[in-house]
Amino acid sequence: MTTETIFREYRPSDAERSDRSAGDRLRHREKVRESIRENIADIIAEESIIGKDKDKVIKVPLRGIKEYRFIFGENTPGAAQGDGNAQPGQVVGKAGKDGQGQGEGQAGDRPGVDYYETDVTLEELIEIMFEDLELPNLERRALREIPSDRFAKRKGYRHVGIRVRLDKRRTARQRVMRQMASRKYENAAPADPSAPDAEAEERRFPFRKDDLRYKHLEIDTREESNAAVLCIMDTSGSMDTMKKYLARSFFFLLYQFIATRYRSVEIVFIAHHTEANEVTEEEFFHKGESGGTFISSGYQKALDIIAERYHPSLWNLYAFHCSDGDNFDSDNPAAIRAARELCGVCNLFGYGEIKPLGSRYYESSMLNVFRRLDAPNFQAVLIERKEDIWPSFKAFLSKDRVKE
Amino acid sequence: MANYEISDLAEWDKRIQEKAAAFGLDWYPQEFEICDHTGMLGYMAYSGMPSHYPHWSYGKAYEKLKTLYDYGVNGLPYEMVINSNPAIAYLMRDNTLLLQILTIAHVYGHNDFFKNNFTYKSTRADLTIERFKAHALRVRRYCEDPSIGIDKVERILDAGHALAFQCRRNLAIKKLGREEQVTRLIEAARPRTDPFSRIHARPEFREPDTHKTPIEPDEDVLLFIRDHNPFLAEWERDLLTIVDEETKYFLPMMETKIMNEGWASYWHKRIVESLDLDQGLHLEFIVRHNQVLRPIPGQINPYHLGFKIWEDLHRRHENPTPEEINKYGAPAKSGDEKIFEAREVERDSSFLRRYLTEELMREMDMFQYESRGDELVVDKVSDEEGWKSVKETLIKNVGAGSIPVIKVEDADFGHNRTLYLKHHHDGRDLQLEYAEKTIAFVHRLWGRETVLETTLQGKRSLLCFNDRGFSVRALK
Repeated sequence: MTTETIFREYRPSDAERSDRSAGDRLRHREKVRESIRENIADIIAEESIIGKDKDKVIKVPLRGIKEYRFIFGENTPGAAQGDGNAQPGQVVGKAGKDGQGQGEGQAGDRPGVDYYETDVTLEELIEIMFEDLELPNLERRALREIPSDRFAKRKGYRHVGIRVRLDKRRTARQRVMRQMASRKYENAAPADPSAPDAEAEERRFPFRKDDLRYKHLEIDTREESNAAVLCIMDTSGSMDTMKKYLARSFFFLLYQFIATRYRSVEIVFIAHHTEANEVTEEEFFHKGESGGTFISSGYQKALDIIAERYHPSLWNLYAFHCSDGDNFDSDNPAAIRAARELCGVCNLFGYGEIKPLGSRYYESSMLNVFRRLDAPNFQAVLIERKEDIWPSFKAFLSKDRVKE
Repeated sequence: MANYEISDLAEWDKRIQEKAAAFGLDWYPQEFEICDHTGMLGYMAYSGMPSHYPHWSYGKAYEKLKTLYDYGVNGLPYEMVINSNPAIAYLMRDNTLLLQILTIAHVYGHNDFFKNNFTYKSTRADLTIERFKAHALRVRRYCEDPSIGIDKVERILDAGHALAFQCRRNLAIKKLGREEQVTRLIEAARPRTDPFSRIHARPEFREPDTHKTPIEPDEDVLLFIRDHNPFLAEWERDLLTIVDEETKYFLPMMETKIMNEGWASYWHKRIVESLDLDQGLHLEFIVRHNQVLRPIPGQINPYHLGFKIWEDLHRRHENPTPEEINKYGAPAKSGDEKIFEAREVERDSSFLRRYLTEELMREMDMFQYESRGDELVVDKVSDEEGWKSVKETLIKNVGAGSIPVIKVEDADFGHNRTLYLKHHHDGRDLQLEYAEKTIAFVHRLWGRETVLETTLQGKRSLLCFNDRGFSVRALK
């Protein structure tokens, strides 16, 4: 018995239409993004992203988008085919971390082993991270310096341009002018009367390309509010590797955030121990120093820089300070005075105290000292672990704060 | 570019059909569609269905397939064929003429298997395409319904997919209704007639509980929830029905993967060899055939394993060796009779159990492995002591054997409408992270506390999920 078979030929038009998974792919990608956003605190804690290239690819574990079902765990033996001389005890592979039966090509329509990670570049990650953060309380200050493209202003007319900017009035006038000029010329040389439609010909006087006039617009750049961010970091001897790592991670996030979201915010890096210096970005993130701690020195330096370059009536100022809080007691009054002064000139002054777990019981803390400082734009957080970096960062910058 | 025309394929198809008919294959009318690689990736993501309801997991599947394809990790199949009447097969446009011939012959093998194997009887191949289309329409309608929307639909579908394979394994066995189960329960409770009842103590009569739900443990978890959670909306029930219908359509394919691929490979070989190809085509055939059927060390290639068993089964009934006659008896049927019978009445687990011989296992160097620490280590090989154990392990891992058996024991546990599930432990523990997340899905659908009895590292344990979250309790 044979049957009639139908062959349907390949048609490229069908193939173009056949991208039917587009909707589902989009939905899946949304889920991935969502999952990344939910796990950002962990990702930042796990990855050492400081000073990494923007194109660096980070493997991000995806927790939300596995397709869970009941499966067997690790004590599940499997069977497979050997190469001809399999011996007991021979190692044949790596155990799957998720114990997913290793999916040895059995079980036809069972969805294959899930993949658990996705690659994102640092840039994408930062973009997702900073989606709903911004510099709080950004105000308009007297002089504006940050340029931003605003509406366009009319400025003259040109022969070339795009159609929508065609100035009909001027174009028509150009034509009339040309017509007048040509009539003078024609009068000089009378038309041949034998031509029957000479009159009609004379009346038709089409536009030429030369007649066209376009409005010319100039993009107006308006100066936006200026902002400067002062990053103050304690680099004294008591800041051990772990503390420095936490502080730098925090500042790195801050730096990335500003660089991503604001085109021309100025950033000042200040490193201090007993005395403070303005340093370059490179030095700030990579150099270590030692010595005692005078927190006031850092603040004083910041105040000096502000006085010198960023007058508070013209600039939105943000100061962030990270330290382990192990200040010389004698410096505390000076520190709090300087801090109060900073609060007076800055939109926001944030203090992050780095206390790796446990150490806060035997080290002195500035948190207590700063408690006396009740300025509304002062905020202090405690960073104990890597996991705290993101929440504290968010506490400083989340949009919600502004609403409160 | 392809070295064939559609008319060539039609010509070859005719010749292949003649040969296949002469061999006794019996198939649904066949349709072939030529597609390119994006088309094929699309069909693969949606299990070959021309229309299918939307869900993000298919987008994920597509992305994964495409990544693997783009990086050259995986190639694409030469064909894909779905179980429907008429059967629809997709052929890759870039296949050479020989590959198309091989593939067409292969497709007729699958087609014959779909039409004749007992596991597929419940799939109603006549309605496949329409049914999937209707499912798609319904799901899309729910997504577009302003009172429902895609988020709510996904909530149910995600949970439904998680439980989809917690269903009956053998669809050929009729599921009893409640009354029949009650009758059976009462029958079983009746004391057995005892010829020595005079001298035996009268057995104590235990009244059977006929008010329990379910009467007998129910493996169709999804359907059970659909029928017994009064708080599900009509559209939610419908989504669960859709998921269940699709699973039961795909289950036979899962249950006969090795047989089915082996059968199609076995027949493409016999058909193509009988076609008298010219030398060039024949050489290419040998190369391609061996590529598809090569054993993959450290894995099971279902094409290879199935093919070997079918070939061996045929040979043992045509030219048995004296030892084989000694061991298995003289064959009562011819080779063809035997294989056609087996393709109708077996599925992978029974097929392997009955026809995978010790000799064949040794020839294929089958072994059993287990994980020790981070490594998979060979545990037993197919020698005289080990082969039975290796075979048992293999059988446990094919088809639905790779899915834990979980049954609903009680829908009103502790008179609290707690859903009591029981994992029928067979030596393999559940993966705990997955179990936790999946129970959360059961809880989402059931709406009340859900518990699962299982065994973890030799200890009976109860995994609970309620409004406060997940917890594990040890049982006595």
